[in-house]
Amino acid sequence: MKSTRYFRAEKFAVGSFFFTGLTGLATVLILSILAVIVGNIFWHGLPYVSWRFITGGTEKDMFDVEKAGVLPLIVGTTAKVMLMTIFVLPVGVITAVYLTEYARTTSLLTRFIRGAVNNLAGVPSIVFGLFGLGFFVYFVGGKLDAFLHPHDASPHWGQPAILWASLTLAVMTLPVVIVATEESLRAIPPGLREGSLALGATKLQTIIKVVLPQALPGILTGAILSIGRAAGEVAPILMTGAAYYLASLPKSPTDPFMDLAYHVYILSTQSVNIERTKPLLYATIVVLLLLTFTLNFVAVLIRAHMRKKMRLLQ
Amino acid sequence: MQIMSEIIVPKLNPITADLGPSPKNNGADSLIETESLSLSYGSNKALKNVSFKIRERVVTAFIGPSGCGKTTLLRCFNRMNDLIDNVRIEGLVKIANHDIYSPNVDVIELRKRVGMVFQRSNPFPKSIFENIAYAVRLHGMKKKSELEAVVEQSLRRAALWDEVKDRMHSTALGLSGGQQQRLCIARAIAIKPEIILMDEPASALDPIATSRVEELILELRKEFTIVIVTHNMQQAARISDYTAFFYLGELIEYDTTTKIFTSPGHKKTEDYVTGRFG
Repeated sequence: MKSTRYFRAEKFAVGSFFFTGLTGLATVLILSILAVIVGNIFWHGLPYVSWRFITGGTEKDMFDVEKAGVLPLIVGTTAKVMLMTIFVLPVGVITAVYLTEYARTTSLLTRFIRGAVNNLAGVPSIVFGLFGLGFFVYFVGGKLDAFLHPHDASPHWGQPAILWASLTLAVMTLPVVIVATEESLRAIPPGLREGSLALGATKLQTIIKVVLPQALPGILTGAILSIGRAAGEVAPILMTGAAYYLASLPKSPTDPFMDLAYHVYILSTQSVNIERTKPLLYATIVVLLLLTFTLNFVAVLIRAHMRKKMRLLQ
Repeated sequence: MQIMSEIIVPKLNPITADLGPSPKNNGADSLIETESLSLSYGSNKALKNVSFKIRERVVTAFIGPSGCGKTTLLRCFNRMNDLIDNVRIEGLVKIANHDIYSPNVDVIELRKRVGMVFQRSNPFPKSIFENIAYAVRLHGMKKKSELEAVVEQSLRRAALWDEVKDRMHSTALGLSGGQQQRLCIARAIAIKPEIILMDEPASALDPIATSRVEELILELRKEFTIVIVTHNMQQAARISDYTAFFYLGELIEYDTTTKIFTSPGHKKTEDYVTGRFG
C-alpha cells in the first residue's frame, strides 16, 4: 500500500517537474525576445532622444538625427489615436449592447452580425486602407465637397486627412471594442438586470444606470487594445491621411498628418544614406514605443481609477 | 385600503365567488387571482391549469419540490417571465380584478406595484443610499431631502437602519449576506408596492440572518400582501397565513397554513410536509 502511493507520488512529481519546466521555458523565451527587441532599440536609440529631438520639426533635414525632430509625428499620431478612440467607442459599445442585451442569440440577424464582426477582425489591414481611400476619402469626402463647395475645383474634404485615417482605423478596431464590451456585459450577473427591472425600471434605464457602469472597465480594456493596435498600424493610414512630409502641423481634422509608424517606414526605405539615418530610425522607434506605452498607460490608469471607485465608492 | 387604482380599475370589485378550498375566506378581499393559468417554456409545461385566489395583506407561502412551478407562478405576478424567450402563457392572471396580461397594461407600472425579492440577494454595485434611491429617483422623486427621507424610512422598516446609518455612502457589496437581502427588501418597499413577491429570500442565509428576515416579513405583512416561495417547511409554517402546495406544475392543495400542516386534505401534501418526499 505504502509503496504504491510512494511510486505514484514519484511519477507525478516527475511529470509535474517536466511541465513546470516547459511552461517556465516558454515564459523565459517570450521575455527574452521582448528584452532583446526593446533592449536593442533603447540601447541604440535612447542616446539620441533629447529635448530638441522631441520638440523639433522635420523641416531642416528629415534624415539626419542631429537636425530632425519628431514633434509633428507625436502630434499627428496622438491626434489620430484620440480621434479613432472617440469614433470607435460609441459605435462598438452600442453594437455590443445590441448584441448582448437586445438581440435574440439564436436569430439569423444576430448570427449574421457576429459573423460579420469576426470576419472584420480577420481582414488584412491594407484592405482597410484601400476601403478607407475608396469610401471615406473619395466617396464621403468627394460627396461633401460636391455638396458644400460645388464651385471649387480643389478638394476640401475629398483628400487624405487625419479625419479619414482615424475613421479607417476605427473601422479596423471595431471588432476589438465589440468583443471586449460583449465579454464584460456577459460577465454581469443576470440578477442585477432582473433586480432593476423588477423595480419598474425600463430596459434602457437598466442598461444605462446598472449594466454599463459595471461594464466600463471591460469597455476600457477594449479601448486600450484598440489604441495599441491603431498607434502602430501603417497600412490603413497609408492612403487615407498620412503624409511623407508636411511643413506645418495639421490645423483641422481635414488636414493630412505625419505619423510615427509611417515615418519609421519612410526612414528605413527612403534614405539615401542608411548609415547616417540609422540612429534617427532607432530614436524615432523609441519615441513610437514610448508614445504607445504612454497612451496605453493613461487608459490603464483611467480603468484602475474606475475599478477602485466601483469597489470603494467613497 | 391601498388599491392599484392607477393601472387598474378604480375600485376593488367584491368577489362573491368563494376562495377555492379555504372555508374561512369570505372572498371579499382577494388581491391576486389566477384562472386556469398554464405556462410552458417551449414544449416543457411548467404550470398546468392553476386557478386560485390570494388574499390581501396576508402572507401566502408556495411550497413544493424543486421544479414544481412555484417560482414560475410567482414570476407571473410581475411579468418577469416576459424576459424569457419561448414562454407561452394561457389563462388569466388578475391583480385587483384586472387582467395584467392584457395589452393595455403598463408593465413598468405593474412592477412598481408588485415588488420582488430574489433568491440570491442582488444589490446594485452602488452605495447603500444609491441602492434604495435608484428606483425612487427613476419614478420621479428628484429632491435630495425627500430622497433621504424615503431612504431612511425604507431602511428603518427593513430593520437595517441602525446597522448602516453611518455608512450610507459606502458600497452595498460590503454588507453581509443577510444585510444585503434586507437591503433588497428595503429597496423593494421604498417604491411603495402593494404586493411583495419573495423567491426563497432566506435560502442562502445562515439561521440568524434567516430569522431576522422572517421577523421582517411578519412585520411587513401589516402593510403589504406577501407571496413567498420557500423550500423550508418550518419557515412556511412560521410566517405564512395560507399555504399552497404545488406538484409537477399543478396546484394540489391550497388552504390555511394550519390546515396544510396539521390535517392536509391530500395524500401528496401530507407526504411532502411530513418529509416523505421532496
